[in-house]
Amino acid sequence: MVAKERGAKIIHVDPRFTRTSALANTYVPIRAGTDIAFLGGIVRYILENELDFREYVLAYTNAASIVSEDFRDTEDLDGLFSGYDPETGVYDPTTWQYEGQEAAVQDRDPVMERETAMPLQHESHGPGVSGRVRRDETLQHPRCVYQILKRHYDRYTPEMVERICGIPPEKFADVARAWTENSGRERTTALAYAVGWTQHATGAQNIRTGAIIQLLLGNVGRPGGGIMAFRGHASIQGSTDIPTLFNLLPGYLPMPNAKLHETYDDWVTSICHPEQKGFWYHAPAYCASLMKAYWGDAATPENDFCYEYMPRINGDHGIYKQVLDMIDGKIKGYLLFGQNPAVGSINGRAQRLGMANLDWLVVRDLFMIESATFWQNSQEVETGEIVPEECRTEVFFLPAASHVEKEGTFTQTQRLLQWREKALDPPNDARSDLWFIYHLGRIIKEKLAGSTLRRDRPIRDVAWDYPLHGEYAEPSAEAVLREINGYSLETGQTLRTFGQYRDDGTTVGGCWIYCGVFADGVNQAARRRPGKEQTWVAPEWGWAWPGNRRVLYNRASADPEGRPWSERKAYLWWNEETGCWDGYDEPDFERTKPPTYRPGPEAEGTEALAGDDPFIMQGDGKGWLYAPSGLIDGPMPTHYEPPESPVRNQLYGQQANPARKVYDRPENTTHPSPPEPNVEVYPYVFTVARLTEHHTAGGMSRFVEHLAELQPEMFFEVSPELAAERGLTHLGWGHVITARGCVEGKVLVTDRLTPLRIADRIVHQVWMPYHWGPSGWSTGDSTNDLFTMVLDPNVLIQEGKAGTCDVQAGRRPHGPDLLEYLREYRRRAGIEEFHHTPIITTDAAEASHRCGRTDDGGA
Amino acid sequence: MVAHEPRTVPTETDLRDERLIRENRIFGPLDPAPEAGYGMDAPPRMGFFTDTSVCIGCKACEVACKEWNNVPETGLDLLGMSYDNTGDLTANSWRHVAFIEQPVSREKLAERGTATGGQAGKETPAFEGLPTSRVAAPDMAARAATTGKETGTRPGVPPSPEPGAAVEMATEFLGMPSTVLPGQLPGGERTDFRWLMMSDVCKHCTHAGCLDVCPTGALFRTEFGTVVVQEDICNGCGYCISGCPYGVIDQRVGDGRAWKCTLCYDRLKDGMMPACAKACPTESIQYGPLDELRERAARRLDHLHDIGETGARLYGNDPSDGVGGDGAFFLLLDEPEVYGLPPDPVVPTKDLPAMWRTAGRAALAMAAAVAVAFLGRRP
Repeated sequence: MVAKERGAKIIHVDPRFTRTSALANTYVPIRAGTDIAFLGGIVRYILENELDFREYVLAYTNAASIVSEDFRDTEDLDGLFSGYDPETGVYDPTTWQYEGQEAAVQDRDPVMERETAMPLQHESHGPGVSGRVRRDETLQHPRCVYQILKRHYDRYTPEMVERICGIPPEKFADVARAWTENSGRERTTALAYAVGWTQHATGAQNIRTGAIIQLLLGNVGRPGGGIMAFRGHASIQGSTDIPTLFNLLPGYLPMPNAKLHETYDDWVTSICHPEQKGFWYHAPAYCASLMKAYWGDAATPENDFCYEYMPRINGDHGIYKQVLDMIDGKIKGYLLFGQNPAVGSINGRAQRLGMANLDWLVVRDLFMIESATFWQNSQEVETGEIVPEECRTEVFFLPAASHVEKEGTFTQTQRLLQWREKALDPPNDARSDLWFIYHLGRIIKEKLAGSTLRRDRPIRDVAWDYPLHGEYAEPSAEAVLREINGYSLETGQTLRTFGQYRDDGTTVGGCWIYCGVFADGVNQAARRRPGKEQTWVAPEWGWAWPGNRRVLYNRASADPEGRPWSERKAYLWWNEETGCWDGYDEPDFERTKPPTYRPGPEAEGTEALAGDDPFIMQGDGKGWLYAPSGLIDGPMPTHYEPPESPVRNQLYGQQANPARKVYDRPENTTHPSPPEPNVEVYPYVFTVARLTEHHTAGGMSRFVEHLAELQPEMFFEVSPELAAERGLTHLGWGHVITARGCVEGKVLVTDRLTPLRIADRIVHQVWMPYHWGPSGWSTGDSTNDLFTMVLDPNVLIQEGKAGTCDVQAGRRPHGPDLLEYLREYRRRAGIEEFHHTPIITTDAAEASHRCGRTDDGGA
Repeated sequence: MVAHEPRTVPTETDLRDERLIRENRIFGPLDPAPEAGYGMDAPPRMGFFTDTSVCIGCKACEVACKEWNNVPETGLDLLGMSYDNTGDLTANSWRHVAFIEQPVSREKLAERGTATGGQAGKETPAFEGLPTSRVAAPDMAARAATTGKETGTRPGVPPSPEPGAAVEMATEFLGMPSTVLPGQLPGGERTDFRWLMMSDVCKHCTHAGCLDVCPTGALFRTEFGTVVVQEDICNGCGYCISGCPYGVIDQRVGDGRAWKCTLCYDRLKDGMMPACAKACPTESIQYGPLDELRERAARRLDHLHDIGETGARLYGNDPSDGVGGDGAFFLLLDEPEVYGLPPDPVVPTKDLPAMWRTAGRAALAMAAAVAVAFLGRRP
């Protein structure tokens, strides 16, 4: 709103007209799951009209880099890139490499990479790419990234955008014009998305398309630019920095892999890539300091810092695989911290059936949420699939403190850590998560104190010593933050920058990117100097990683010679007199490295970064318009239809993402999509999202009267056109049906929804909020029950925003009749017994496989 | 309506004029706190300026108000009035966010003289070029008009006795003939659309009808010029309900007492901002000395007119209106009726002098008649 008041134009792209649309300058409706087609159209508009910020693009991106001559595009292979293996359903990325570097990925195991979501592990350090790349600065070489990009997006015309997304060409032109005209030397445009955008089978590539546009227009590393994720919770950024993910360790260090990282050296070398540029070169120091934080005195250089204690991953341990493993009886126990998968996770029925087949389940939450009560009150109890008297899972409910009842930090989307004070004591037996984890660890440690078993050594040796205070022995959150920051074992002083981390075991540091948050022994995250008492960058409000830098890659805010691109957008500049970078922000660059610096031929790591390489975490120092490796499903984003779609892909024979992760099982049936028959059984598109009034799965809002009454019951929204087609009336009952479940609610017939014209037919979209479940003040069916588990292959995130369904007036059947009702639908769709989703819908798979194999000569 | 000149509103200092206060005790512009006995040293009059042009409809104000003032919940009723499930200001809802969902055509707005009505700066109509064929707004209005809400208060949020009026309202903004029966959808494509949001609250009138009629003194004027019910004095007579020209005040069933916004009197006394203003993330609700707020509002109005939002207007800021100006006033993007606000509220006690004069004349006449009767018996 402040940006708008200051003259910014807000463009809002969403399947629904929301409160945000109401306040935006332009509203653009779109069919759910077609973002790459829309953004690809913008890429084409930029390249066709040569509207890219050419000096920026040439100097700071890989536009000029030459790609292997064995590479084949989706243009050539009907929607597949070269290297696709129809047997395993993944790509061999050899042919995607820069010319002459094809061997760089030879030892890779693409199947393992998808199983373990390895691209997520590459989130910031990038896969191995040499800094020495052949370039054509004229951008004319047919195999330079610029030309490849141009050919790849040539099909994404405004007419095609309309056929796929339903966006009228005039409206598309407005957006394309506004975005490009507002970018360049003098102006920048920001791209903001809510994290629902990531919840697609092409989730990572959605964001990649946005990144391509922002790089082409010079909107990265500059004030007012960037790509901002609006997080769904207060500290989602924090929970990837210090992760709650199976394949990552703090600071984006990868979780060791049983097959690939047998020794400490294997693990560390795989991160620092000795031959490449950038700050990952110092990974040995980050790793050693983390191990010292875990195992304290027990971790020494001689014993590889207790590397043998580290758990290893050997496949897909993501949440959806785990749930299926629960159903199969492979998992015995489950701890839930402030999470309500019985409502919040997709395919809720599978979630609940999995939780009903455990030995024990611990739920820590503010209220008695559905994940603690599914065994006595759920749709499965209604249908008889779960019998409360027979459910074997022993559930332990432990009351948890809320965010105002404990201290700690939140890390928001700008990587800003903000300290929260405790406002009041938690009631009764409610305790903080920190309290619970600390004392659980302490008790387990005490129980194992006398054990001589080797397997107990990691717990016996773990460093678990924090100052306690108060009546209930609450651990000090500041002491934890201090450990995360890191300190020297020799002096006991806290470290100021991660450059002080050592690989010889003389420093302790829990998360290298957070180093500096406790600089000088002061909690920097607790700084609250008002904005008007400091510069507009406000460096003294909280603390941002890394090194309190507010804009990442801000070297790009100056031209290659180190001068601001324009006075208006000045942010960082090279000061010849003092020999260092000056500006409003901390330089995200070596402070005294001049713009003219050029590395020698043997230089490695940070030394290999030239004075005009702003993307200091990339192996070649450049922003990637084209990703030679690191992504499972292709070097460039390509429009694929969602895994369930009522229409055929208009661009290629390949219908959906060919590398997506599917779990074809009876409890996870996927609908037929073109070119399969019976698509008309589930003819409509549905998407789910939140209401402002409720919080995610409702654990914090449906149980509070003053919040519950604001949106008092489950409803879903349809356009007047769809209402007429299905006989739905405003405030009447209706229900939505998929192969997985059926959800009823009151119908809101509203002008805020519109049908779309997609490929010469009308497509209706249904919008549903997903907050409800059978518990709390306000109750209702859980919308996420409708989805099937199909995942993005890069990071294993679910397709949770676009599916197909049918809609009917009236209430759904209740009790065992419901199962028969769903079965009847599946029967009509021809998927009653089992549905094997066809992954490849083109004849080009063999050709792609051939192209990918270098042993038969490639092309 | 053409772009109007920014109105010069008399400042609080102008209004704090002893002569004015004496003359306008019943009706007309004045500063109410000195008149109520706090004298000329009373603190400046405090109030709300609610700028609906930046309201995002989050309802944080409703929740913050209930939390701070310990106002009971109003129950779970889906009203089907867009995203409004509160319904109205009641004894149990002291802030109420209204949502107005309307397919409008900019031409029709212009014809009506509203020019933009919240559409300024919109580049293209929301649904232009899309295969739309019908509008839902009249149907939504008709159905919503039948949904009352059991709020535990009286009169609370009863169903509308006139569903037809709601439909007429919805169709008027479409520029359609207003003879559509409830439940019947008019034809025609919808291309443009607006969704207005507005956080309503007690207006804390300069001449407060509720206060004027309160027989127990439960309703009183604070030193900040606001109007507050004292819960330990209110006897539940309900006169204030008919005294309020905005229909704000309401009684709680069970205890019978009247409850409404106190402008967080307890917080004000501690120099704190009222809970709703504190919680408002976009500063749609602004709190401060009324004087300053009026200046700020005039500047804001100028700005909106400059950028083409010519339908923008202030509501309740004029000390010469029927209630002597509101302590809580608004910036609206269209006519007050669009938001369900009375266009020209007048304090019922305005006619008090005239009524007393009439009564006095009647009494005199009566006395004269009696006198004549008595005199007449004496030949």
